[in-house]
Amino acid sequence: MTPQEIYEHLKKSHDTAVLEFVDQPQTDPFIRVEPSAVFDICHSLRDDEGLEFDYMMSLSATDLGEQLGVVYHLYAMKYRHKIVIKTEVPKDNPLVPSVERLWRTADWHEREAFDLIGVVFEGHHNMIRILLPYDWEGHPLRKDYQAPETYHGMKVS
Amino acid sequence: MSEKKRLDLEYSQLDSDRMRINVGPQHPSTHGVLRLEVEVDGEIVTEVVPHLGYLHRSFEKHCERMTYPQITPYIDRMDYISAMNNEWPYVMALEKMLDIKVPEKVEYLRVIVAELNRIANHQIAVATFGLDAGAFTPFLFYFRDREYIIWILEKLSGARLLYNYFRVGGVSGDIYPEFKEEVLNVVKQVRKTNEEVMNLLIYNSIFVKRTANVGILTPEVAINFGCSGPVLRGSGIAHDLRRDEAYSVYDRFDFDIPVGKGEVGVVGDCWNRNMVRVHEMEQSCRIIEQALEQMPMEGDVKAMIPKRIKLPKGEVYMRAENPKGDLGFYIVSNGTDKPERLKARGPSFVNLSVIPEISKGYMFADLILILGSIDIVLGEVDR
Repeated sequence: MTPQEIYEHLKKSHDTAVLEFVDQPQTDPFIRVEPSAVFDICHSLRDDEGLEFDYMMSLSATDLGEQLGVVYHLYAMKYRHKIVIKTEVPKDNPLVPSVERLWRTADWHEREAFDLIGVVFEGHHNMIRILLPYDWEGHPLRKDYQAPETYHGMKVS
Repeated sequence: MSEKKRLDLEYSQLDSDRMRINVGPQHPSTHGVLRLEVEVDGEIVTEVVPHLGYLHRSFEKHCERMTYPQITPYIDRMDYISAMNNEWPYVMALEKMLDIKVPEKVEYLRVIVAELNRIANHQIAVATFGLDAGAFTPFLFYFRDREYIIWILEKLSGARLLYNYFRVGGVSGDIYPEFKEEVLNVVKQVRKTNEEVMNLLIYNSIFVKRTANVGILTPEVAINFGCSGPVLRGSGIAHDLRRDEAYSVYDRFDFDIPVGKGEVGVVGDCWNRNMVRVHEMEQSCRIIEQALEQMPMEGDVKAMIPKRIKLPKGEVYMRAENPKGDLGFYIVSNGTDKPERLKARGPSFVNLSVIPEISKGYMFADLILILGSIDIVLGEVDR
């Protein structure tokens, strides 16, 4: 299926939660969705006939200034088609439903996104840091991040 | 005393508490600085919790302050065993955004160096896997051979391991006169050693007993966990981006995709994962031979590119077949010469996440083998 067809398919079952389809130059075509509906939409993407996105290539979080973005790159082994799903959440309340139960690879990807950007995935069984020390403060990939001066008495530079 | 009674007595006496053991962070069998917190019941592994981050070097944060060409050396240091393969998806992503067509000769040269590097990577993988199982000789064989490959790559790029060879629109150095001959010699040597190792290690009955039917990864679990590369192919799924997405000039070569067939043990066990790597070396040799045949020997190794590389506003996700799996780069550009966000999806990071799933119920000594068969590099896991 082409991204346009996938969008139309999703629009039928999830109507208002699927916000728009964007096909710009220099960008892979993506579908913007409502953050609260991420799990349901991903569930359809994985299980609906003809879509069957069984492989999550990547889950990335980005700092967009006022908001935090989460980007899902999905791939279907059977049909070899791809889709990009995007969602945005406010910085002061960055809650996104976890898709860990759909693709278990999302477990570590979501922990990484939480660790470095600070997106909180609701329903994740173990939402703790993964790359940084467990007691680290702040989320380094945010644009306004200030590195602490010391960590346990050691100088951070 | 009846049979049953004695058993009951034994069980109550032997009912011991479970024990937690730390493997690593400094331990040769973890192939780097990885800490595995292992819960064992006697000698049976009941739970594994990997703790990462000991080699975290803020790769993604650094990238945001670096211009695009300056990032390539950092990418070398992710998977430092197959740096050539690492650089490739990154420069491909930039070339896609800038709409640059690289010269024919460069495409072939890239294929050759990447495949040579793939062989070097698999040699380390198979060698250290043998080492985990207690076989030392194949390790020496492979490291001797790997040196020849490194010499060629050093002659091309000037560095042994961290090449910084791929540039936007080309490569940094041209081939030298004896290049073709030397590469063909290496290919011959790789085949010879592989044949020896087949008898010495792969079909050795002790090795087979240690690795077959251990750490079974079913295809469904492998896909759900996002596994890729030899780990996925060892489970019997012929997923290879060189064929499925045929980037560069891979569509012009004739090669097979080795998958685990369950020749010994079952599909998806340690032995099959390891075997896929040995077969892949042979396929890489075939690709190299064909590429050398087809490559134009004359011509420039650099396309016309702007002096200052500025990406147009937009984003790109580019992935390529690394020796360890699908390596992806997600680059968000804000229109300047520095990326707004660069995320690397490392195959080692994703493949490692399957460890807790597949090592439960096996012996503690098998856990080391399962970890070895996944073939991880901690530089890429932690970034």
